[in-house]
Amino acid sequence: MEGKKGIIFGGAIVGILSVLLVYLGNPANMGFCIACFIRDIAGGIGMHRAAVVQYIRPEIIGLVLGAFLLALKNREFESRGGSAPFTRFVLGIAVMIGALMFLGCPLRMVLRLAGGDLNALIGIAGFVVGIFGGVYFLNKGFNLKRNYKMPKSEGYLFPIVNVGLFALLLAAPAFLFFSEKGPGAAHASIWISLIVGVIVGAIAQRTRLCMVGGTRDMILFKDSYLLSGFLSILAFAFIANFFMGYFNVGFAGQPVAHVDGLWNFLGMVLVGWASVLLGGCPLRQLILAGEGNTDSVVAVMGMLVGAAICHNFGLASSPKGPTPNGQIAVIICFVIIAIISYLNSEMLSSQSDLKSQSTLSKS
Amino acid sequence: MIKVDTCGMGCPQPVLMTKKALDQNPEGADIIVDNNTAKGNVERFIKNAGYQMEIIEDGETFMISARK
Repeated sequence: MEGKKGIIFGGAIVGILSVLLVYLGNPANMGFCIACFIRDIAGGIGMHRAAVVQYIRPEIIGLVLGAFLLALKNREFESRGGSAPFTRFVLGIAVMIGALMFLGCPLRMVLRLAGGDLNALIGIAGFVVGIFGGVYFLNKGFNLKRNYKMPKSEGYLFPIVNVGLFALLLAAPAFLFFSEKGPGAAHASIWISLIVGVIVGAIAQRTRLCMVGGTRDMILFKDSYLLSGFLSILAFAFIANFFMGYFNVGFAGQPVAHVDGLWNFLGMVLVGWASVLLGGCPLRQLILAGEGNTDSVVAVMGMLVGAAICHNFGLASSPKGPTPNGQIAVIICFVIIAIISYLNSEMLSSQSDLKSQSTLSKS
Repeated sequence: MIKVDTCGMGCPQPVLMTKKALDQNPEGADIIVDNNTAKGNVERFIKNAGYQMEIIEDGETFMISARK
Protein backbone atom coordinates (compact mmCIF):
# COMPACT_ATOMS: atom_id res chain seq x y z
CA MET A 1 0.00 0.00 0.00
CA GLU A 2 2.81 2.37 0.98
CA GLY A 3 4.30 2.53 -2.53
CA LYS A 4 0.89 2.85 -4.15
CA LYS A 5 -0.29 6.03 -2.44
CA GLY A 6 1.02 8.21 -5.26
CA ILE A 7 -0.67 6.31 -8.07
CA ILE A 8 -3.95 5.95 -6.16
CA PHE A 9 -3.96 9.70 -5.47
CA GLY A 10 -2.98 10.40 -9.09
CA GLY A 11 -5.72 8.09 -10.37
CA ALA A 12 -8.22 9.86 -8.14
CA ILE A 13 -7.33 13.24 -9.64
CA VAL A 14 -7.49 11.83 -13.18
CA GLY A 15 -10.93 10.31 -12.46
CA ILE A 16 -12.33 13.50 -10.94
CA LEU A 17 -10.85 15.79 -13.64
CA SER A 18 -12.32 13.54 -16.33
CA VAL A 19 -15.82 14.05 -14.95
CA LEU A 20 -15.13 17.76 -14.51
CA LEU A 21 -14.29 18.01 -18.24
CA VAL A 22 -17.69 16.53 -19.05
CA TYR A 23 -19.29 19.15 -16.80
CA LEU A 24 -17.30 21.81 -18.65
CA GLY A 25 -18.42 20.67 -22.08
CA ASN A 26 -16.75 17.43 -23.22
CA PRO A 27 -19.00 14.61 -24.51
CA ALA A 28 -20.56 12.39 -21.81
CA ASN A 29 -18.26 9.71 -20.36
CA MET A 30 -15.51 11.28 -22.49
CA GLY A 31 -13.62 13.60 -20.21
CA PHE A 32 -10.64 11.82 -21.67
CA CYS A 33 -10.44 9.35 -24.53
CA ILE A 34 -7.05 9.11 -26.17
CA ALA A 35 -8.41 7.23 -29.20
CA CYS A 36 -11.40 9.53 -29.70
CA PHE A 37 -9.32 12.67 -29.22
CA ILE A 38 -6.59 11.59 -31.65
CA ARG A 39 -9.41 10.72 -34.05
CA ASP A 40 -10.84 14.22 -33.59
CA ILE A 41 -7.42 15.73 -34.30
CA ALA A 42 -7.13 13.59 -37.46
CA GLY A 43 -10.48 15.08 -38.48
CA GLY A 44 -9.50 18.60 -37.43
CA ILE A 45 -6.51 18.60 -39.78
CA GLY A 46 -8.59 17.09 -42.57
CA MET A 47 -7.17 13.56 -42.62
CA HIS A 48 -10.77 12.33 -42.59
CA ARG A 49 -14.03 14.13 -43.34
CA ALA A 50 -16.41 12.67 -40.74
CA ALA A 51 -18.06 16.00 -39.95
CA VAL A 52 -19.12 15.11 -36.39
CA VAL A 53 -15.66 14.21 -35.06
CA GLN A 54 -13.34 17.04 -36.06
CA TYR A 55 -11.57 19.16 -33.45
CA ILE A 56 -8.01 19.82 -32.29
CA ARG A 57 -8.29 18.40 -28.76
CA PRO A 58 -6.09 20.44 -26.43
CA GLU A 59 -6.16 17.59 -23.89
CA ILE A 60 -3.86 15.53 -26.14
CA ILE A 61 -1.46 18.46 -26.53
CA GLY A 62 -1.59 19.02 -22.77
CA LEU A 63 -0.83 15.37 -21.99
CA VAL A 64 2.28 15.46 -24.18
CA LEU A 65 3.47 18.81 -22.84
CA GLY A 66 2.74 17.91 -19.20
CA ALA A 67 4.80 14.74 -19.54
CA PHE A 68 7.51 16.63 -21.44
CA LEU A 69 7.87 19.42 -18.87
CA LEU A 70 7.93 17.12 -15.85
CA ALA A 71 10.34 14.70 -17.52
CA LEU A 72 12.59 17.65 -18.36
CA LYS A 73 12.44 18.95 -14.80
CA ASN A 74 13.21 15.54 -13.30
CA ARG A 75 15.96 14.81 -15.82
CA GLU A 76 13.97 11.91 -17.21
CA PHE A 77 13.69 13.33 -20.70
CA GLU A 78 15.76 11.28 -23.10
CA SER A 79 15.66 11.07 -26.90
CA ARG A 80 15.44 7.41 -27.78
CA GLY A 81 14.15 5.39 -30.71
CA GLY A 82 14.82 2.68 -33.24
CA SER A 83 12.98 -0.23 -31.62
CA ALA A 84 10.93 -1.69 -34.50
CA PRO A 85 9.38 1.65 -35.50
CA PHE A 86 7.24 0.43 -38.41
CA THR A 87 5.92 -2.51 -36.42
CA ARG A 88 4.87 0.01 -33.77
CA PHE A 89 3.22 2.16 -36.43
CA VAL A 90 1.14 -0.83 -37.59
CA LEU A 91 0.29 -1.74 -33.99
CA GLY A 92 -0.86 1.86 -33.47
CA ILE A 93 -3.24 1.49 -36.42
CA ALA A 94 -4.56 -1.79 -34.97
CA VAL A 95 -5.11 -0.21 -31.54
CA MET A 96 -7.13 2.59 -33.15
CA ILE A 97 -9.25 0.20 -35.25
CA GLY A 98 -10.06 -1.84 -32.12
CA ALA A 99 -10.76 1.26 -30.02
CA LEU A 100 -13.10 2.76 -32.63
CA MET A 101 -14.93 -0.56 -32.89
CA PHE A 102 -15.65 -0.32 -29.13
CA LEU A 103 -15.79 3.50 -29.13
CA GLY A 104 -13.09 4.29 -26.63
CA CYS A 105 -9.53 3.69 -25.52
CA PRO A 106 -8.91 1.78 -22.27
CA LEU A 107 -9.14 5.05 -20.30
CA ARG A 108 -12.55 5.86 -21.75
CA MET A 109 -13.59 2.24 -21.17
CA VAL A 110 -13.03 2.84 -17.46
CA LEU A 111 -14.77 6.23 -17.60
CA ARG A 112 -17.74 4.67 -19.43
CA LEU A 113 -18.10 2.04 -16.70
CA ALA A 114 -17.79 4.75 -14.06
CA GLY A 115 -20.72 6.50 -15.75
CA GLY A 116 -22.86 3.34 -15.57
CA ASP A 117 -22.35 2.16 -19.18
CA LEU A 118 -22.49 -1.62 -18.76
CA ASN A 119 -21.25 -2.21 -22.32
CA ALA A 120 -17.87 -1.26 -20.86
CA LEU A 121 -17.97 -4.39 -18.68
CA ILE A 122 -17.99 -6.46 -21.87
CA GLY A 123 -15.20 -4.22 -23.18
CA ILE A 124 -13.15 -4.88 -20.03
CA ALA A 125 -13.69 -8.64 -20.42
CA GLY A 126 -12.36 -8.39 -23.98
CA PHE A 127 -9.51 -6.14 -22.86
CA VAL A 128 -8.39 -8.70 -20.26
CA VAL A 129 -8.61 -11.54 -22.80
CA GLY A 130 -6.52 -9.46 -25.22
CA ILE A 131 -3.92 -8.79 -22.51
CA PHE A 132 -3.73 -12.53 -21.81
CA GLY A 133 -3.07 -12.98 -25.55
CA GLY A 134 -0.23 -10.46 -25.46
CA VAL A 135 1.19 -11.95 -22.24
CA TYR A 136 1.19 -15.40 -23.87
CA PHE A 137 3.58 -14.08 -26.50
CA LEU A 138 5.63 -12.11 -23.93
CA ASN A 139 6.17 -15.41 -22.16
CA LYS A 140 7.23 -16.88 -25.50
CA GLY A 141 9.94 -14.24 -25.69
CA PHE A 142 8.09 -11.54 -27.65
CA ASN A 143 9.93 -8.24 -27.71
CA LEU A 144 10.55 -5.41 -30.17
CA LYS A 145 14.29 -5.28 -29.42
CA ARG A 146 16.30 -2.43 -27.95
CA ASN A 147 15.94 1.26 -28.59
CA TYR A 148 18.91 3.57 -29.00
CA LYS A 149 19.98 7.05 -28.02
CA MET A 150 18.93 9.62 -30.59
CA PRO A 151 20.03 13.23 -31.12
CA LYS A 152 18.28 15.54 -28.63
CA SER A 153 16.36 17.28 -31.42
CA GLU A 154 14.64 14.00 -32.35
CA GLY A 155 12.96 13.83 -28.95
CA TYR A 156 12.13 17.55 -28.79
CA LEU A 157 10.37 17.48 -32.14
CA PHE A 158 7.09 15.90 -30.99
CA PRO A 159 6.49 18.34 -28.11
CA ILE A 160 7.33 21.18 -30.51
CA VAL A 161 4.84 19.83 -33.06
CA ASN A 162 2.23 19.82 -30.28
CA VAL A 163 2.97 23.45 -29.47
CA GLY A 164 2.52 24.19 -33.16
CA LEU A 165 -0.77 22.31 -33.18
CA PHE A 166 -1.96 24.40 -30.23
CA ALA A 167 -0.98 27.59 -32.06
CA LEU A 168 -2.99 26.36 -35.05
CA LEU A 169 -5.99 25.74 -32.80
CA LEU A 170 -5.76 29.26 -31.36
CA ALA A 171 -5.38 30.79 -34.82
CA ALA A 172 -8.15 28.54 -36.22
CA PRO A 173 -7.30 29.09 -39.89
CA ALA A 174 -9.99 28.21 -42.47
CA PHE A 175 -8.21 25.02 -43.57
CA LEU A 176 -8.89 23.34 -40.20
CA PHE A 177 -12.16 21.48 -39.67
CA PHE A 178 -14.28 22.01 -36.58
CA SER A 179 -17.44 19.98 -36.00
CA GLU A 180 -20.60 22.03 -35.68
CA LYS A 181 -22.55 19.16 -34.14
CA GLY A 182 -21.84 15.73 -32.66
CA PRO A 183 -19.08 14.73 -30.22
CA GLY A 184 -16.52 16.91 -32.03
CA ALA A 185 -18.57 20.01 -31.22
CA ALA A 186 -18.74 19.12 -27.52
CA HIS A 187 -15.72 20.41 -25.68
CA ALA A 188 -14.56 22.36 -22.68
CA SER A 189 -12.85 25.68 -23.39
CA ILE A 190 -9.44 25.53 -25.02
CA TRP A 191 -7.33 26.72 -22.09
CA ILE A 192 -9.12 24.61 -19.49
CA SER A 193 -8.74 21.52 -21.68
CA LEU A 194 -5.06 22.28 -22.14
CA ILE A 195 -4.43 22.84 -18.42
CA VAL A 196 -6.29 19.66 -17.40
CA GLY A 197 -4.28 17.81 -20.06
CA VAL A 198 -1.01 19.18 -18.65
CA ILE A 199 -1.98 18.15 -15.09
CA VAL A 200 -2.99 14.63 -16.15
CA GLY A 201 0.10 14.34 -18.36
CA ALA A 202 2.32 15.24 -15.42
CA ILE A 203 0.52 12.79 -13.12
CA ALA A 204 0.77 10.01 -15.68
CA GLN A 205 4.47 10.75 -16.24
CA ARG A 206 5.22 10.73 -12.52
CA THR A 207 3.19 7.62 -11.63
CA ARG A 208 3.80 5.72 -14.94
CA LEU A 209 0.03 5.24 -15.10
CA CYS A 210 -0.86 2.69 -17.78
CA MET A 211 -4.23 1.10 -18.31
CA VAL A 212 -2.89 -2.03 -19.99
CA GLY A 213 0.12 -2.35 -17.68
CA GLY A 214 -2.13 -2.90 -14.64
CA THR A 215 -3.63 -6.16 -15.81
CA ARG A 216 -0.44 -7.21 -17.62
CA ASP A 217 1.78 -6.83 -14.55
CA MET A 218 -0.80 -8.57 -12.37
CA ILE A 219 -0.80 -11.59 -14.72
CA LEU A 220 2.97 -11.61 -15.29
CA PHE A 221 4.36 -10.65 -11.88
CA LYS A 222 1.42 -10.45 -9.47
CA ASP A 223 2.34 -6.77 -9.20
CA SER A 224 -0.71 -4.61 -8.47
CA TYR A 225 0.98 -1.17 -8.64
CA LEU A 226 -0.41 -0.04 -12.01
CA LEU A 227 -3.72 -1.84 -11.48
CA SER A 228 -4.34 0.29 -8.39
CA GLY A 229 -4.16 3.40 -10.62
CA PHE A 230 -6.69 1.86 -13.01
CA LEU A 231 -9.03 1.02 -10.12
CA SER A 232 -8.57 4.42 -8.52
CA ILE A 233 -9.66 6.18 -11.74
CA LEU A 234 -12.71 3.92 -11.88
CA ALA A 235 -13.66 4.49 -8.24
CA PHE A 236 -13.19 8.26 -8.20
CA ALA A 237 -14.80 8.86 -11.59
CA PHE A 238 -17.74 6.81 -10.33
CA ILE A 239 -17.99 8.89 -7.16
CA ALA A 240 -17.73 12.13 -9.14
CA ASN A 241 -20.35 10.96 -11.67
CA PHE A 242 -22.63 9.94 -8.83
CA PHE A 243 -22.47 13.32 -7.09
CA MET A 244 -22.78 15.26 -10.34
CA GLY A 245 -25.88 13.26 -11.27
CA TYR A 246 -24.21 11.77 -14.37
CA PHE A 247 -24.42 8.15 -13.23
CA ASN A 248 -26.89 6.31 -15.43
CA VAL A 249 -26.69 2.53 -15.30
CA GLY A 250 -27.67 0.35 -18.26
CA PHE A 251 -26.72 -1.00 -21.67
CA ALA A 252 -28.99 0.86 -24.07
CA GLY A 253 -28.90 4.57 -24.82
CA GLN A 254 -25.46 5.18 -23.32
CA PRO A 255 -23.59 8.22 -24.70
CA VAL A 256 -21.29 7.60 -27.69
CA ALA A 257 -21.65 3.82 -27.29
CA HIS A 258 -23.37 0.87 -28.95
CA VAL A 259 -24.81 -2.34 -27.54
CA ASP A 260 -23.28 -4.96 -29.85
CA GLY A 261 -21.64 -7.12 -27.18
CA LEU A 262 -19.62 -9.36 -29.48
CA TRP A 263 -17.94 -6.48 -31.27
CA ASN A 264 -17.45 -4.44 -28.10
CA PHE A 265 -15.66 -7.51 -26.78
CA LEU A 266 -13.57 -8.17 -29.90
CA GLY A 267 -12.66 -4.51 -30.34
CA MET A 268 -11.14 -4.44 -26.86
CA VAL A 269 -9.44 -7.83 -27.30
CA LEU A 270 -7.61 -6.17 -30.18
CA VAL A 271 -6.76 -3.07 -28.12
CA GLY A 272 -5.52 -5.16 -25.17
CA TRP A 273 -3.39 -7.49 -27.25
CA ALA A 274 -1.86 -4.80 -29.49
CA SER A 275 -1.21 -2.52 -26.49
CA VAL A 276 0.70 -5.25 -24.66
CA LEU A 277 2.85 -5.68 -27.78
CA LEU A 278 3.43 -1.90 -27.82
CA GLY A 279 4.38 -1.98 -24.14
CA GLY A 280 1.62 0.36 -22.98
CA CYS A 281 -1.86 1.75 -23.55
CA PRO A 282 -2.58 4.76 -25.81
CA LEU A 283 -2.26 7.15 -22.83
CA ARG A 284 1.13 5.70 -21.95
CA GLN A 285 2.29 6.03 -25.57
CA LEU A 286 1.51 9.76 -25.46
CA ILE A 287 3.37 10.17 -22.17
CA LEU A 288 6.42 8.26 -23.41
CA ALA A 289 6.29 10.33 -26.60
CA GLY A 290 6.47 13.45 -24.41
CA GLU A 291 9.47 11.98 -22.56
CA GLY A 292 11.45 11.76 -25.80
CA ASN A 293 10.63 8.17 -26.82
CA THR A 294 10.23 8.49 -30.57
CA ASP A 295 9.11 4.86 -30.93
CA SER A 296 6.02 5.92 -29.00
CA VAL A 297 5.70 8.95 -31.28
CA VAL A 298 5.59 6.50 -34.19
CA ALA A 299 2.89 4.47 -32.38
CA VAL A 300 0.88 7.69 -31.87
CA MET A 301 1.31 8.51 -35.57
CA GLY A 302 0.00 5.01 -36.31
CA MET A 303 -3.06 5.82 -34.19
CA LEU A 304 -3.53 9.11 -36.06
CA VAL A 305 -3.35 7.39 -39.45
CA GLY A 306 -5.49 4.53 -38.08
CA ALA A 307 -8.17 7.06 -37.15
CA ALA A 308 -8.14 8.48 -40.67
CA ILE A 309 -8.38 4.96 -42.11
CA CYS A 310 -11.30 4.21 -39.77
CA HIS A 311 -13.36 7.17 -40.90
CA ASN A 312 -12.35 7.18 -44.57
CA PHE A 313 -13.22 3.50 -45.00
CA GLY A 314 -16.27 3.41 -42.73
CA LEU A 315 -14.64 1.19 -40.08
CA ALA A 316 -15.58 3.17 -36.96
CA SER A 317 -18.70 2.19 -35.05
CA SER A 318 -21.44 4.69 -34.28
CA PRO A 319 -24.14 4.59 -31.59
CA LYS A 320 -26.12 2.53 -34.14
CA GLY A 321 -23.49 -0.20 -33.91
CA PRO A 322 -20.45 -1.54 -35.74
CA THR A 323 -20.12 -1.52 -39.53
CA PRO A 324 -19.40 -4.60 -41.70
CA ASN A 325 -16.21 -2.88 -42.89
CA GLY A 326 -15.16 -2.36 -39.28
CA GLN A 327 -15.76 -6.01 -38.45
CA ILE A 328 -13.65 -7.14 -41.40
CA ALA A 329 -10.90 -4.67 -40.39
CA VAL A 330 -10.82 -5.99 -36.82
CA ILE A 331 -10.44 -9.56 -38.10
CA ILE A 332 -7.66 -8.49 -40.49
CA CYS A 333 -5.93 -6.74 -37.57
CA PHE A 334 -6.10 -9.96 -35.52
CA VAL A 335 -4.30 -11.79 -38.32
CA ILE A 336 -1.69 -9.02 -38.59
CA ILE A 337 -0.94 -8.82 -34.87
CA ALA A 338 -0.85 -12.63 -34.63
CA ILE A 339 1.85 -12.58 -37.31
CA ILE A 340 3.70 -9.73 -35.55
CA SER A 341 3.45 -11.61 -32.24
CA TYR A 342 4.83 -14.79 -33.78
CA LEU A 343 7.61 -13.20 -35.82
CA ASN A 344 8.95 -11.21 -32.84
CA SER A 345 8.77 -14.01 -30.30
CA GLU A 346 11.38 -16.67 -29.68
CA MET A 347 9.07 -19.39 -31.02
CA LEU A 348 10.51 -18.80 -34.46
CA SER A 349 14.15 -18.75 -33.34
CA SER A 350 13.75 -21.83 -31.14
CA GLN A 351 12.23 -23.72 -34.08
CA SER A 352 15.05 -22.70 -36.39
CA ASP A 353 17.49 -23.69 -33.62
CA LEU A 354 15.85 -27.11 -33.53
CA LYS A 355 16.09 -27.35 -37.30
CA SER A 356 19.76 -26.43 -37.33
CA GLN A 357 20.38 -28.87 -34.49
CA SER A 358 18.65 -31.66 -36.40
CA THR A 359 20.65 -30.75 -39.50
CA LEU A 360 23.81 -30.92 -37.41
CA SER A 361 22.92 -34.27 -35.92
CA LYS A 362 22.12 -35.60 -39.39
CA SER A 363 25.48 -34.49 -40.72
CA MET B 1 27.03 -13.69 -10.63
CA ILE B 2 24.89 -13.48 -13.77
CA LYS B 3 24.65 -10.01 -15.30
CA VAL B 4 21.58 -8.92 -17.27
CA ASP B 5 21.69 -5.83 -19.49
CA THR B 6 18.19 -4.40 -19.96
CA CYS B 7 19.34 -1.10 -21.48
CA GLY B 8 17.07 0.12 -24.27
CA MET B 9 14.39 -2.47 -23.60
CA GLY B 10 10.79 -1.27 -23.31
CA CYS B 11 8.17 -2.23 -20.75
CA PRO B 12 7.85 -4.90 -19.38
CA GLN B 13 11.07 -6.45 -20.72
CA PRO B 14 13.46 -5.29 -17.93
CA VAL B 15 11.27 -7.00 -15.30
CA LEU B 16 10.72 -10.09 -17.48
CA MET B 17 14.49 -10.38 -17.99
CA THR B 18 15.04 -9.97 -14.23
CA LYS B 19 12.45 -12.64 -13.49
CA LYS B 20 14.03 -15.05 -15.98
CA ALA B 21 17.51 -14.43 -14.55
CA LEU B 22 16.36 -15.03 -10.96
CA ASP B 23 14.32 -18.11 -11.96
CA GLN B 24 17.48 -19.59 -13.46
CA ASN B 25 19.84 -18.27 -10.75
CA PRO B 26 17.88 -18.19 -7.49
CA GLU B 27 20.97 -17.06 -5.54
CA GLY B 28 20.90 -13.65 -7.23
CA ALA B 29 21.66 -11.54 -10.29
CA ASP B 30 22.99 -8.14 -11.33
CA ILE B 31 20.55 -6.15 -13.45
CA ILE B 32 21.61 -3.12 -15.47
CA VAL B 33 18.89 -0.57 -16.25
CA ASP B 34 19.11 2.77 -18.06
CA ASN B 35 16.00 4.65 -16.98
CA ASN B 36 14.05 5.45 -13.84
CA THR B 37 10.89 3.61 -14.92
CA ALA B 38 12.73 0.34 -15.46
CA LYS B 39 14.70 0.96 -12.24
CA GLY B 40 11.51 1.37 -10.22
CA ASN B 41 9.86 -1.65 -11.82
CA VAL B 42 12.87 -3.92 -11.34
CA GLU B 43 13.36 -2.76 -7.74
CA ARG B 44 9.71 -3.50 -6.96
CA PHE B 45 9.95 -6.95 -8.51
CA ILE B 46 13.16 -7.84 -6.64
CA LYS B 47 11.71 -6.62 -3.35
CA ASN B 48 8.46 -8.57 -3.87
CA ALA B 49 10.50 -11.68 -4.73
CA GLY B 50 12.15 -11.43 -1.29
CA TYR B 51 15.70 -10.47 -2.30
CA GLN B 52 18.10 -8.00 -0.71
CA MET B 53 19.07 -5.19 -3.02
CA GLU B 54 21.98 -2.88 -3.68
CA ILE B 55 21.95 -0.15 -6.31
CA ILE B 56 25.07 1.36 -7.82
CA GLU B 57 24.76 4.36 -10.13
CA ASP B 58 27.20 4.28 -13.02
CA GLY B 59 26.91 7.36 -15.19
CA GLU B 60 23.70 6.95 -17.16
CA THR B 61 22.93 3.43 -15.95
CA PHE B 62 22.19 1.73 -12.65
CA MET B 63 23.29 -1.69 -11.55
CA ILE B 64 20.77 -3.34 -9.26
CA SER B 65 22.20 -6.32 -7.41
CA ALA B 66 19.71 -8.84 -6.07
CA ARG B 67 20.98 -11.25 -3.42
CA LYS B 68 19.26 -13.87 -1.28
